[in-house]
Amino acid sequence: MAVPDSLNRGSLRRRPPIRKSLRRGLRLLPVVPSILLLAFFMVAPVAWSFYASFTNAALSGKAALNPQWVGLDNYARMLTDSVFPLSAWLTVVFVAVSAILGQNALGLVIALLMTRAGGATASLVGTVVVASWILPEIVAAFAAYAYFSQDGTLNQLLGMFGVQGTNWLYAFPMAAVILANVWRGTAFSMLVYRAALSQVPRDISEAALMDGARGWQRLAFITLPIIRGSIATNLMLITLQTLAVFTLIWVMTAGGPSNASTTLPVLAYQEAFKLGDIGYGTAIASVLILIGMVFGAVYVRLIRGAKS
Amino acid sequence: MRRPVRIGAALLGVVGLLATAACSAQPQAVSKQTIKIVYQKTDSFTALDKVFQDAKQEFEAANAGVTVDLEPIQANDDDYGTKLALAQRSPDTAPDVFYEDTFKVRSDVDAGYLLKLDSQLATWDEWSKFNEGAKAAGRGDDGSIYAVPLGTDTRAIWYNKTVLQKAGITLPWQPKTWDDILAAARKMKAADPGVIPFSMYAGKATGEGTVMQSFYELLYGTGSSLYSESDKKWVVGSKGFTDSLQFLKTLYDEKLSVTPADALDSNVWKKVFGQWLPQGKMGATVEGSYAPSFWQKGGSYEWAGYAQDMGVATFPTQFGQDPGGVSMSGGWTLAVGAKTKNPDLAFKFLTTAVNKKNALAFDVNNSQIAVRTDVASDPGYQAANPFVKDVSDLVGVTHYRPATADYPNISLAVQQATEAVITGKQSPAEAAAEYDASVKKLVGDSKVMQK
Repeated sequence: MAVPDSLNRGSLRRRPPIRKSLRRGLRLLPVVPSILLLAFFMVAPVAWSFYASFTNAALSGKAALNPQWVGLDNYARMLTDSVFPLSAWLTVVFVAVSAILGQNALGLVIALLMTRAGGATASLVGTVVVASWILPEIVAAFAAYAYFSQDGTLNQLLGMFGVQGTNWLYAFPMAAVILANVWRGTAFSMLVYRAALSQVPRDISEAALMDGARGWQRLAFITLPIIRGSIATNLMLITLQTLAVFTLIWVMTAGGPSNASTTLPVLAYQEAFKLGDIGYGTAIASVLILIGMVFGAVYVRLIRGAKS
Repeated sequence: MRRPVRIGAALLGVVGLLATAACSAQPQAVSKQTIKIVYQKTDSFTALDKVFQDAKQEFEAANAGVTVDLEPIQANDDDYGTKLALAQRSPDTAPDVFYEDTFKVRSDVDAGYLLKLDSQLATWDEWSKFNEGAKAAGRGDDGSIYAVPLGTDTRAIWYNKTVLQKAGITLPWQPKTWDDILAAARKMKAADPGVIPFSMYAGKATGEGTVMQSFYELLYGTGSSLYSESDKKWVVGSKGFTDSLQFLKTLYDEKLSVTPADALDSNVWKKVFGQWLPQGKMGATVEGSYAPSFWQKGGSYEWAGYAQDMGVATFPTQFGQDPGGVSMSGGWTLAVGAKTKNPDLAFKFLTTAVNKKNALAFDVNNSQIAVRTDVASDPGYQAANPFVKDVSDLVGVTHYRPATADYPNISLAVQQATEAVITGKQSPAEAAAEYDASVKKLVGDSKVMQK
């Protein structure tokens, strides 16, 4: 696409400006439907969510009939709400531990090991890891629930060694949902890093080897700098995915016990649909969108930095 | 090469959109009259589905050209309420007739979801057969009637006679005070450490079950209440509230109830009805008058022996003060959607669904307490299960939830307080203080009173 465009530019220069802008408009025409669809299905709900967060819209009661504009009331309420700060903190912990540390690091380690392992081992490991990823979220959530619950697989395995397990979902709710999210999401990072590592030129590694670089030195000074663009992209994608995780937590702990695993999506759902307070629920969702945008902006800068 | 593909795809998309729009517009123009019925159906609640299937046949046979479109929502009570409220928000999805929990009636009237039925009821000769107390369930704040009750219920202690006998407790058992309950529960625990002596729900997972089948039996037996109907204010800072939380704490701390982890599982009630009581692993629990509907023939947890093995007792007041017992009543209604295009037809269908035959079938299959006098006197109703008389008598000591628009949020604050106490996160006094603070935040200082 780029080559014909630059060739055309020379001939375009001589044409009158009206035809030039007309041509440009015509060239945009085919993408208009997709822009409209994007605006309708992606931007409109986000815009509506922001709008609703400034009202007292509700599922029932007088506010359902005539929602009133309440300005920043919903946002002010977050400051006095005892659950919101806890929930925001749990969201940060969930994203940092399960995505940035867990999925990202584990995915990289598995991908590195696979480049060294034989073909059969690599494809076996790949299949096992990817299996948890291709499960629909609700099925994966039930599987994780069945694994960690009181009569679950984990406790049966422990029972074989004579260890009496506890109810993990009750005693360690955050650890359980974090492990479940690592289990479910590592495949994605692994696939991204497999692709990235296959692009690392062998000769550079070999040259470093000749110069006497050890394994970890080659990883830190050769491999990681080369794939840092992929690292940034991967971090952005899994961060945004993990920020929005709802089904997994809802099925496993429903945010409990006593809000001990209520991340922001769970809190937004509870406020909007369990308590019918759409205004406050969408305010929480809007905060979540803003957090996502901040993360997104940071990673986009990282990617740009990596490319230049 | 890519441009033609894109244009083609865009064109296909546009054609597809037009086609769907055309399809959705057509049936409305062609069909004569369709009324949409929305109600709840779960794997353990099919009694209503049966009633509507029968009513549909009856109604379509009597009204040629009318199609009754049954749309059951498969969800628990909480999620059903949410899905119904979402459907009400648009005229395209709003139902003509729907199943409505009594405690949501007033708040949904405020929201403009329910049609005022006064004029239709005035010309319906069977309305006089409904008892007066039950009619109030469908009344809005303005005094008009917006919903017709299907049945009501009460709450009682259900106990397994064999477990109590093993512990040397004389039958029939009727505790007179809270301490009697604790004493009996400790005896059961001593006789068999493997049984769960006396289960009471707590926490947010069991939703309204936590308050209706546990906390309110305690609170209303202390002489305190949640809401003062005369002052139209919410009660905060009562000793009864803290005492009730303390009682739950004692039950859970001494392991006389289920474990806190089990209590916070939203499916715990299925284990109570399906496993623990039938298998003699639970001494007693507080549950609704509809308990036999699970065990009788055709119920979700059929148990032939329930009629002999189970007993019913009234939940006592704190120190045995008057009136000597406590119960809570709820129940469900049928209502006509405010956005209906056929109000008269919708109301006519509603009357078919609650006629004597269908109301009797629903009350028997779902072990409901009849609200129609002709059903209540029907021999088939009285013989439905051995406990009909016991649980019906509890109407004398029963209480209703304050069905104001704020109630659902207050209820959640109560559930939160019980959860904090049984998990040991807060002491009863701390949890009660936090409840007071949340109530003030929810309804404003002018709508609360110290008592």
